[in-house]
Amino acid sequence: MKRFLWPLGIFILLVGFLAAGLTLDPREVPSPLIGKAAPAFDLPVLQQPGERFDAAARRLAPSARRFAPSDMRGKVWLLNVWASWCVSCRDEHPVLVELSKKNLLPILGLNYKDKDEDAQRWLTQFGNPYQVSIVDADGRTGIDYGVYGVPETYVIDAEGVIRYKQIGPLTEAILEQKVLPLAMALKK
Amino acid sequence: MRNLFFAFFFLIACNVNAIENTDPNTEQRIRQLSEKLRCLVCQNQSLAESNAELAQDLRRQLREQVAAGRSDGEIMDYLVQRYGDFVLYEPPFKASTALLWIGPFALLAAALAALVAILRRRRRAPEEAALGPEDQRLVARVLGPAEPGNKPDGDS
Repeated sequence: MKRFLWPLGIFILLVGFLAAGLTLDPREVPSPLIGKAAPAFDLPVLQQPGERFDAAARRLAPSARRFAPSDMRGKVWLLNVWASWCVSCRDEHPVLVELSKKNLLPILGLNYKDKDEDAQRWLTQFGNPYQVSIVDADGRTGIDYGVYGVPETYVIDAEGVIRYKQIGPLTEAILEQKVLPLAMALKK
Repeated sequence: MRNLFFAFFFLIACNVNAIENTDPNTEQRIRQLSEKLRCLVCQNQSLAESNAELAQDLRRQLREQVAAGRSDGEIMDYLVQRYGDFVLYEPPFKASTALLWIGPFALLAAALAALVAILRRRRRAPEEAALGPEDQRLVARVLGPAEPGNKPDGDS
């Protein structure tokens, strides 16, 4: 009897491991940047017709229309990496537009390896949830942030520390369950 | 002190690399490095094999850093800082990866131990199974004397 129990036990153990493995997503690589200061950059801001954008841009980067993460010191904000060529950004975009209407926290875009005209057309067509879109034309800042699958979203706190990274599109559920509770807790 | 030592070490390494940059081995060095690094977009390909845009960008970064005279270790660290240990095909040995490194050897040792135990038991087994004269007499009494030609499954 014992002789049959052993293989059965090993089999059940194996099934357990495989079942646990099925629930993991190998595409989600935990970011080593969480809990670390958001990498610094100094990049131009996307030119975009529209009052909302201009007002925000002038306030954030009054002279040169450039942006650095230190401009957001003291605020909890979202950095959303997007591109007009990115298919799942299209799914995510309405969620961001809705979020921006609630005025809960500033959303900044990092326009990753995109053409300015394409990015501007996208914002005109689908709406602009971003206070500013930062132009990362050659993807270097993306690499500093460990971006490997657009869209990605970072929650950055008042001290400029990355607290959360969402790989792949934000959804209503992720916003409600993870991002917003965290952001509200960080604001206090 | 430790930092100073490493700084000194890197200084030497940088100088060596600066000389290397002028010779054609630079390309091979980039290639060797990129074979040890995983492409995060197509995860079962190395940076050397992948044609994903990110892989191209990262190869460009490798090239620049090699040209800037960084050592292999520095370049690896640069990528690990951004993408985590996952970017390395050979993860470093630490608490979270101990099972990964030791596990196969532990399994092998357990399997060998089990094999030895089974073989030992098997070698001991025939002695126990052999029938003594007392047992043989008992069998003969129950089954009767062996008759030639009598089928074991016969009805009679």
